[in-house]
Amino acid sequence: MQLAVWTYEGPPHVGAMRVATAMKGVHYVLHAPQGDTYADLLFTMIERRDRRPPVTYTTFQARDLGKDTAELLQDAIREAAVRFEPQALLVGASCTAELIQDDPAGLAEALDLPCPVIALELPSYQRKENWGAAETFYRMVRQLADKSLKPAPREGRRPLVNLLGPCALGFRHRDDVVEVTRLLATMGIDVNCVAPLQASPADLRTLGRADINVVLYPEIGGEAARWLEQALGQPAIRTVPIGVGATRAFIEEVAGLAAVDPWSALDALESRMPWWSRSVDSTYLTGKRVFIFGDATHAIAAARIAAEELGFAICGLGCYNREFAREMRAAAAQYGVEPLITDDHLAVEDAIRAASPELVLGTQMERHIAKRFGIPCAVISSPVHVQDFPARHSPQMGFEGANVIFDTWVHPLVMGLEEHLLTMFRDDFEFSDSAGASHLHAQAVAEPVAEASTPEGAVPWTEEAERELRKVPFFVRGKARRNTEGFAAMQGRTQIDITTLYDAKAHYAR
Amino acid sequence: MTVETRLAPLDAGCANPAPPVVLRERGQREVFCGLTGIVWLHRKMQDAFFLVVGSRTCAHLLQSAAGVMIFAEPRFATAIIEERDLAGMADCHDELDRIVHQLLERRPEIRTLFLVGSCPSEVIKLDLSKAAQRLDSRFGGRTRVLNYSGSGIETTFTEGEDACLAALVPEMPPAELGSALQLLVVGALPDVVEDQFLRLFGELGIDAVRCLPARRLADLPAVGANTRFLLAQPFLGETARALEDRGARRLEALFPFGAEGTTDWLRAAAEAFGVDRMHFNRVVAPGRERAKRAIAHSHERLRGKRITFLPDSQLEVPLARFLSNELDMVPVEVGTPYLHRELMARELPLLPQGTRISEGQHLDRQLDRVRADRPDLTVCGLGLANPLEAEGLSTKWAIELVFSPIHGFEQAGDLAELFARPLRRRDVLRV
Ligand code: SF4
Repeated sequence: MQLAVWTYEGPPHVGAMRVATAMKGVHYVLHAPQGDTYADLLFTMIERRDRRPPVTYTTFQARDLGKDTAELLQDAIREAAVRFEPQALLVGASCTAELIQDDPAGLAEALDLPCPVIALELPSYQRKENWGAAETFYRMVRQLADKSLKPAPREGRRPLVNLLGPCALGFRHRDDVVEVTRLLATMGIDVNCVAPLQASPADLRTLGRADINVVLYPEIGGEAARWLEQALGQPAIRTVPIGVGATRAFIEEVAGLAAVDPWSALDALESRMPWWSRSVDSTYLTGKRVFIFGDATHAIAAARIAAEELGFAICGLGCYNREFAREMRAAAAQYGVEPLITDDHLAVEDAIRAASPELVLGTQMERHIAKRFGIPCAVISSPVHVQDFPARHSPQMGFEGANVIFDTWVHPLVMGLEEHLLTMFRDDFEFSDSAGASHLHAQAVAEPVAEASTPEGAVPWTEEAERELRKVPFFVRGKARRNTEGFAAMQGRTQIDITTLYDAKAHYAR
Repeated sequence: MTVETRLAPLDAGCANPAPPVVLRERGQREVFCGLTGIVWLHRKMQDAFFLVVGSRTCAHLLQSAAGVMIFAEPRFATAIIEERDLAGMADCHDELDRIVHQLLERRPEIRTLFLVGSCPSEVIKLDLSKAAQRLDSRFGGRTRVLNYSGSGIETTFTEGEDACLAALVPEMPPAELGSALQLLVVGALPDVVEDQFLRLFGELGIDAVRCLPARRLADLPAVGANTRFLLAQPFLGETARALEDRGARRLEALFPFGAEGTTDWLRAAAEAFGVDRMHFNRVVAPGRERAKRAIAHSHERLRGKRITFLPDSQLEVPLARFLSNELDMVPVEVGTPYLHRELMARELPLLPQGTRISEGQHLDRQLDRVRADRPDLTVCGLGLANPLEAEGLSTKWAIELVFSPIHGFEQAGDLAELFARPLRRRDVLRV
């Protein structure tokens, strides 16, 4: 058993729901008790979908156990096939139904339905949401793709690609698809099929027509792309175009495989981001210590942007999906940090506390941690919350994605000029720094957890030193306090006076 | 898979000439399981901790239902069963002991620990009452360990609170024989509402009033033959039975929603405790008048509007009664996951004739009926609200009725406003 309070990923059948909900013409019959219907609200509330997820739950109860749960399942499959007339039907079990072993595959087959049935086996006690989504998508592709389809001869036509991985409840998938499609169009490349998002089973049948598969989200599309590579010989592009550098690399890679000229795209669609980053106001970004955590793909991409495109210093890097531990370890080595690979949010919280970063890039979970610590934060990855589905176009990928990232990461930080003014005016009697800076929500300042809590047995502060500390701007005060206390303990000082404060400052100066 | 029966009119035991027809359905249910109650119970009982023994799904449900209420470390968690436990590589009881140890070490302030059963723990027949006994004898001096089921195969949404409170009843100390009459208010209420009620009982001259659950479980009230109890929530059938088994007597009343419901509820206590009628009227009048004035604000907008409740919390019948009697709304269908006839005996006859009451659920058929009825307002779960809105039907999230203070005189206006707001919004929007 594992003790969990908050989880980064749901069970694998939620991953299957994400695929079914993303697609058109698919229905999913899930053998599950009534409480599992909570998963609908993820889609209708968080993503604001205007339709119920295409899922029928059998909602068996205790009194059905050992009697007719199998019959319930068969009835539900039959009714769903009639009512929803899907082009393809998924059947599967949630964690509870897995234990009663009703054999959804066999029961569905016995019904002899007019549409293909894809039976899912998603081991709930071993696997999680992303794996479930990848497995579901792979099973569908494997069963539905027409293996006899080959790309048409290249002469006289534009290259064709599939975009694999975009899904329901994905972090900015909706907008990334628009952005990448536009980028490819500029290069003279057309999209054959985007899947699972908006694809129908009929669309999956035609995957083989494309020259190349572009894996936008390896967590979800990776398995299917691997199979298509083997079974249909379609090459896959796995460079994820998040950030200016990665987008350029992506363009060159696609251009190479598709035999088109990349410069048309590179010239036509530059990002504002490089100049925004080079302009003088951004000088203050240099060496800002950033802690990064999310799914591996987004976290690794964020690390590259942070290091190469914004000039941040990476003080922590990790992911919650162990399936990508290898990739994460390689990335962490590159930035000289220990990779944090865990799905225990308390461990992440401890790591953030220990690193005391100036910016946290993470999931909704890290956003809450950062908020408690009063550290600025931007969200870069699932798990998502309602605010991660903005009304406006807000991609992460491509050149526009890089612009969006610049804005959303830099915005929570004190802007260069504002930092300067805060320092200048902090002794002004009319200026109250307890009101916080204009960019931070008042709440973050109201709960200065990071600053409070002098641990017991710590070196005591003199009143004078405390007063001096209060003159330090609030957004670095917590760090100054911790550093000074650590320094005093290290030096074995018996109290912290003004001299200790400034000795510590000198010690930690970078 | 569904049996649809129209039962003969139920015997409401009252003068109503045509008691409502009840439609019983079986099929897909779109409701939470009893685990969800933990979201409000852990806020109410401040020295208790809820440990769900379940799967990743259970943990995900709690997290999704808790929504934005993310605290550093809430007083609940899930012990997630893993492959090792199922394959017999680890003994579930040993694992549970290890986790409880770990937990109590980290949170020494916990006075009561609930082991909460889930579908997986029940299907693999993990005996949590045995585990609770064992752990209680180990930690009992410091932390009491109890258990109940919040599983979706046994409990629907608010039945989780019922199961939790019922598990507390055997822990209540026995009231001394021959002691004076005691009033017990049963059901988790927001503290502000609880305090309002306690003030009113005090003004009525009923001083011996206790609540279940108590804010601190360390001081559970006593129970015995001299206990009279009022249910504050309509979904507490098991708890009521457990209290009756200990000699307590339930006071029949409407549930305390709206001016009328609250008055009736208070009156039941006043009568049982021999409060003078004039005095009762004097004490109750100001609150009752305030409630009526507050409700009047929404009356204009809600009068004559047709409303359907999809099954959710078992609050549906009393709320439909409030809306029809005090706001002149027209209930079209009142769906409830479970119709507790005994507890609803006073409520049901007050629903207008012809109200369609449905028990259980067959989701697709029920949605077909909603589309055919086209009520002005549909009260439903979070999974259904936006899809129905997109079909042009105004909705109200049922879960808000469980999470917000809606009981008593001072909240009657807020309760009415909860239903009026979606309609007002509909009227103001021009997009
Ligand atoms: S329905 Fe059962 S398995 Fe699902 S969340 Fe509730 S207790 Fe857990």
